[in-house]
Amino acid sequence: MSKILIRGARVLGGEPQDVLIDGEVVEAVGSGLSAEGAEVVEADGKVLLPGLVDLHTHLREPGREDSETVLTGTRAAASGGFTAVFAMANTFPVADTAGVVEQVWRLGREHGYCDVQPIGAVTVGLEGRKLAELGAMHESAAGVTVFSDDGKCVDDAVMMRRALEYVKAFGGVVAQHAQEPRLTEGAQMNEGVVSAELGLGGWPAVAEESIIARDVLLAEHVGSRVHICHLSTAGSVEIVRWAKSRGIDVTAEVTPHHLLLTDELVRSYDPVYKVNPPLRTERDVHALREALADGTIDIVATDHAPHPHEDKDCEWAAAAMGMVGLETALSVVQETMVETGLLDWAGVADRMSSTPARIGRAGGHGRPVSAGEPANLTLVDTAYRGSVDPAGFASRSRNTPYAGRELPGRVTHTWLRGKATLVDGKLT
Amino acid sequence: MQRHLISAADLSRDDAVHVLDTAEEMARVADRPIKKLPTLRGRTIVNLFFEDSTRTRISFEAAEKRLSADVINFSAKGSSVSKGESLKDTAQTLEAMGVDAVVIRHGASGAPYRLATSGWIDAAVINAGDGTHQHPTQALLDAFTMRRRLVGRDTGLGRDLSGKRITIVGDVLHSRVARSNVDLLHTLGAEVTLVAPPTLVPVGVETWPCEVSYDLDSTLPKSDAVMMLRVQRERMNAAFFPTEREYSRRYGLDGDRMARMPEHAIVMHPGPMVRGMEITAAVADSDRCTVVEQVANGVSIRMAVLYLLLGGNEPAVAHARTTEEK
Amino acid sequence: MDKQDKQDKRDSQGSQHAQGPQHTQGSQDPRDARQEPRESDARPVLEGPDIARVLTRIAHEIVERAKGADDVVLLGIPTRGVFLGRRLAAKLEQITDRKIPVGSLDITMYRDDLRMHPPRALARTEIPGDGIDGKLVVLVDDVLFSGRTIRAALDALNDIGRPRAVQLAVLVDRGHRELPIRADYVGKNLPTSLRETVKVQLAEEDGRDTVLLGVKQTAPGAQH
Repeated sequence: MSKILIRGARVLGGEPQDVLIDGEVVEAVGSGLSAEGAEVVEADGKVLLPGLVDLHTHLREPGREDSETVLTGTRAAASGGFTAVFAMANTFPVADTAGVVEQVWRLGREHGYCDVQPIGAVTVGLEGRKLAELGAMHESAAGVTVFSDDGKCVDDAVMMRRALEYVKAFGGVVAQHAQEPRLTEGAQMNEGVVSAELGLGGWPAVAEESIIARDVLLAEHVGSRVHICHLSTAGSVEIVRWAKSRGIDVTAEVTPHHLLLTDELVRSYDPVYKVNPPLRTERDVHALREALADGTIDIVATDHAPHPHEDKDCEWAAAAMGMVGLETALSVVQETMVETGLLDWAGVADRMSSTPARIGRAGGHGRPVSAGEPANLTLVDTAYRGSVDPAGFASRSRNTPYAGRELPGRVTHTWLRGKATLVDGKLT
Repeated sequence: MQRHLISAADLSRDDAVHVLDTAEEMARVADRPIKKLPTLRGRTIVNLFFEDSTRTRISFEAAEKRLSADVINFSAKGSSVSKGESLKDTAQTLEAMGVDAVVIRHGASGAPYRLATSGWIDAAVINAGDGTHQHPTQALLDAFTMRRRLVGRDTGLGRDLSGKRITIVGDVLHSRVARSNVDLLHTLGAEVTLVAPPTLVPVGVETWPCEVSYDLDSTLPKSDAVMMLRVQRERMNAAFFPTEREYSRRYGLDGDRMARMPEHAIVMHPGPMVRGMEITAAVADSDRCTVVEQVANGVSIRMAVLYLLLGGNEPAVAHARTTEEK
Repeated sequence: MDKQDKQDKRDSQGSQHAQGPQHTQGSQDPRDARQEPRESDARPVLEGPDIARVLTRIAHEIVERAKGADDVVLLGIPTRGVFLGRRLAAKLEQITDRKIPVGSLDITMYRDDLRMHPPRALARTEIPGDGIDGKLVVLVDDVLFSGRTIRAALDALNDIGRPRAVQLAVLVDRGHRELPIRADYVGKNLPTSLRETVKVQLAEEDGRDTVLLGVKQTAPGAQH
């Protein structure tokens, strides 16, 4: 493989430098590096980050290839600046055996746009009754370390306790979708002023918070670590903050959409805003931003959830929950965290690359941009502003809540182990 | 008034009074030998009912026929809808048949709003009740009934319900009637109090333009009208209240409670009533109970709404005008 | 039901007669074509005392033609026809010394041009207690123009009962009929061009009695 010289890139938002890639690794970072024998990419003051890592993606394959496949999903990931994504287990069949997780992992390798690290189901069929073969999935070629029934909550306290205990044997982590099922029967949107007016079934914040509170206490009790998926309320932030202050091994993620959008949007009854957990209030949005800034929330994860057009082109109650997010995640984070002064680009690299890689044990990802490290990199034109056009998405689905909305920033280049997956905004 | 009627909250005070005044004229048609007007001749209206509601459907149908519209009744039961056809496909199929307006009843809150705003169809959309969201013609007929009884049939013309104290009792949480009435009665200047057990009041009610009380007895003497909402027995299985007996003891309207209301105050119910639950037979059959009047008024109100939404310009004329302005 | 609509209501009741046939073709906003004549441009053709005199004459004609007006019912067409009907009834009562039934007949729902305008506000239809079956109904209106209002009134009457006969009394007949309709009693024949407008003002509604002849104002920017 040949050499690539990225000239004049602001590494993690710092002063412009040159970065030389040789083969799969970063050979040198410095000023005035020689371009001899190298293809030159003029970065021109763009920001260079370690390749982004998404701990929460739905790739839909196997089973729902009409909405996304490993190929289209990883192309969308590369477009959004990601070099590794963790694929959730709620496929058909469910990723609850070594066979299914290996298949997904291999597809990712073969397509070569982005590393795919499968997440294994905690319970067989996500049904909450019987523990899945977590050890077998861990020992498979896919080397699963993150387990989640995402889409469903592991609501049975004993089952959750056993899972937390069991994964200690191989350093795994359980990622909990915190949603008390009885409190959210028939729930359609955040319970509050807007749901009362719209007559849509309320989804109380306490349904999330009560599970988080229980699970951090369980994690403490059994001495395991727990990860909280898509934390969405101010109250959840308080609980995680308290847990961390007690030294409980808990990490938490927030989605880009929960950093930007509120339940006021549901007044349109447009199901593009229907998502689980639901969009919350302005107050929650601000609490989430603060928590991401101060580290209470560790990472941003997209919860990229593709759905075919017909599943959203209907009445609210009949619509599927979820939004695509891989191709807009960095822009939304720039809008909500960087341009508000809450995070600098080094902070973004931490929340969207190094920390998610550490939580998910994704080797070779989320490394510093320095000599000898794997060349997983993404180059961002942070001065760009433009409106989101879903027609240009690489994802097979278009269910974005940002269509037509102006957002800052555009990923122009992505390199996966030195190989360009995105060049000048175009997939290779 | 807009092209559609989706929510009582969309009506301004003047709009609402105009509907009530128009309905008052429509009501007079019922007294004539020929109870029919040629006004909507050649217009086709479909009653698209995804939920059973014979009362509401018949009321709309009577109003449509009195205005000489062509009426198509479409019940989603036993149709392709039960085989998985979507709301969008159903509506587009109907529009392809040349429908000018869709009167829709749907179990999903917001379905009429989606139909009106998603570009699926061009026809006017009238909400005949959606989920637990809105039922605007019910609120209009309730306001019409109140204005007749509390202000006067002729003296009420052009007037709203300023200063009238209206109490709405029962399952507010699951009630589109309550939501529509709170919006409309507030717009018309009335003071609304909701009375219900706390389990049947929605979280978020604090921003509604009304008072909330858990105590019926203290509210009754300060009420010009008391509207009882239907309470479904199944609710007690979900622990909204312990037993039917306890519910009617605390929140049911019986003769003793009615006696605590002012002389002139009326008892209303959107129907169908659950006698013995929220209302006793003695109250339901008393002169102060307006249930039967409400049904009659429903036809007049729906005639008024149909006339005001469909009685004017055809889209073709509007388009011609738009083109000329360019 | 917006402000425009109320404007339209006033116009349609007040000076609908000013609308020439070419303006029912939708070639321009009909509201613009029915602007009221400007006071300064308009010329009175009947003043207060003339109107009273004309109504007295019509009352006498009715008594004469109806042989005593035993079974006459007067129905005014809103808005100004109603006031004229009441005035005629008072005069008939003076002449015959009998109570004359008088009411109103709103024809809005029977108009043939409903779809060319936003929905109009309805006016009151008030049929006197004994009804109209077997009676001589005299329709009363302010201006007779295309005849379409009277056509609508005849349809409306049809749904209310079966009179022995129907006659028509108008304050002004300005010509330009589009239907085979004529008035039985005419206060003043007023030959007009289609570019002119006729506006009747009555004390009950407008504060004074007068009939104004004006020239139609074309809408600013409209091509003619």
